[in-house]
Amino acid sequence: MINIYEVNETNKMVEQENLDVRTITMGISLLDCIDADLSACLEKIYHKITTSAKELVKTGEDIAREYGVPIVNKRISVTPIALVGGAACKTTEDFAQIAQVMDRAAHEVGVNFIGGYSATVSKGMTPADELLIRSIPLALSRTENVCSSVNVGSTRCGINMDAVRLMGEIIKETAEYTKEQDSLGCAKLVVFCNAPDDNPFMAGAFHGVTEADRIINVGVSGPGVVKTALEKVRGESFEVLCETIKKTAFKVTRVGQLVAKEASKRLGVPFGIVDLSLAPTPAIGDSVADILCEIGLEHAGAPGTTAALALLNDQVKKGGVMASSYVGGLSGAFIPVSEDQGMIDAVMAGALTLEKLEAMTCVCSVGLDMIAIPGDTKAATISGIIADEMAIGMVNQKTTAVRLIPVIGKGVGETVEFGGLLGYAPIMPVNPFGCEAFVNRGGRIPAPIHSFKN
Amino acid sequence: MKKTIITVVGHDTVGIIAKVCTYLADNNINILDISQTIVQEYFNMMMIVDRSSSEKHFATVAEELEELGEKIGVVIKCQREEIFAQMHRI
Repeated sequence: MINIYEVNETNKMVEQENLDVRTITMGISLLDCIDADLSACLEKIYHKITTSAKELVKTGEDIAREYGVPIVNKRISVTPIALVGGAACKTTEDFAQIAQVMDRAAHEVGVNFIGGYSATVSKGMTPADELLIRSIPLALSRTENVCSSVNVGSTRCGINMDAVRLMGEIIKETAEYTKEQDSLGCAKLVVFCNAPDDNPFMAGAFHGVTEADRIINVGVSGPGVVKTALEKVRGESFEVLCETIKKTAFKVTRVGQLVAKEASKRLGVPFGIVDLSLAPTPAIGDSVADILCEIGLEHAGAPGTTAALALLNDQVKKGGVMASSYVGGLSGAFIPVSEDQGMIDAVMAGALTLEKLEAMTCVCSVGLDMIAIPGDTKAATISGIIADEMAIGMVNQKTTAVRLIPVIGKGVGETVEFGGLLGYAPIMPVNPFGCEAFVNRGGRIPAPIHSFKN
Repeated sequence: MKKTIITVVGHDTVGIIAKVCTYLADNNINILDISQTIVQEYFNMMMIVDRSSSEKHFATVAEELEELGEKIGVVIKCQREEIFAQMHRI
């Protein structure tokens, strides 16, 4: 039978170490909402979302109450809208109307984000894909809860450099459209390579076409729990360090598995996956960077950071995989800058640069995340950064992503405040040398060889 | 069986267990196990109870116990057992 020490350990994780379930995300297919008539399409989308997710928030709250574990976010992901709206939308304005309907539906059911204003264009863009991408600035400036993502590359297909070039421009344009809010729109826009179909985390969540009609995916968190566990093994060998991370990740993930199964049962929606992640928040003690420091670094970004992150990421997966019956999504340690106080401190101290962050993304999920850069950064430079990050994902057969925020009107040395879970960030310098001729070549980077398997 | 874990934490005072047990008895909730320690004058108790004969909904029991805790000056938490079993048992 459960004993008092085990009960106290679990409750201490929740009360003092920020253990929580970061998100229950309901994936909803909108493929049955496709209609050549825009208003019919809008109505079907609204109806499908609001009926499917009607009980989502309440169920999440009930589960949190009964188990005594906070479930921070309840969210929705939908089929990439480029596919859903392709038949009905003839202009960017048409597509933006879908975003507005998604926003209304999200408000109606009480979720705080809805993802899937997306296009997957790793090999090429249909006219609908391109129209959706061009409508992103408008859509994100008119909505509050809608998140957008574009998959521009994959290990199988290579990198669509036309889309990469376009996304550089779109990110700049989104920043301009939302400059009154410190270019907040860009915090809700992710560019992916190898985007997973079942990611529960925003801003990159969408409900892939390989998925069922509805699905429940859960993202767990717990950097504070890992950090506290590691405080007890200071100075011990790597073996002890790794075992401690693994055991802690197991416990954290078990909570996610329980919540996912329970939510699935109560909502009558199949359980999809648990995303094994260390997702930080700006709250003190909820930082991945602090874990790296606990492992032995003065600051995140110091020499040894990539190795420390690699072992952390791997142990989280090793512990988590056994704790859950289905694992998916992004699964790994997240290293967003603005959402992690330890990362912010490292940037402020001059320990962490964009280039080091890029190196770190080779060994963890998910990419250059929530990084504020000067507002006058050129679109081509942003495209160049995207291309680098996509190449890392393509060659290493992993998901990588870019979520950069060129803050219009601000430069290096200033900070930007996004509020809430999105946090605040110092504006980081970007390599000033040009890459226009590279970005403007047009076409695709071919898929890499990974031995001759077929 | 609907196993629920009740934890009571706070400054030690006379009659904490009595009051919690009276509430449980009044609501037809059976106690399966009790463990209790005092850590640095802090009272720390865990009970495993079975709610299957109780007519009250989980949320009501949890709220009423929380209120009772406020009156006594301790924190009473009510959680379903599965969270602990999942985390600490393979």
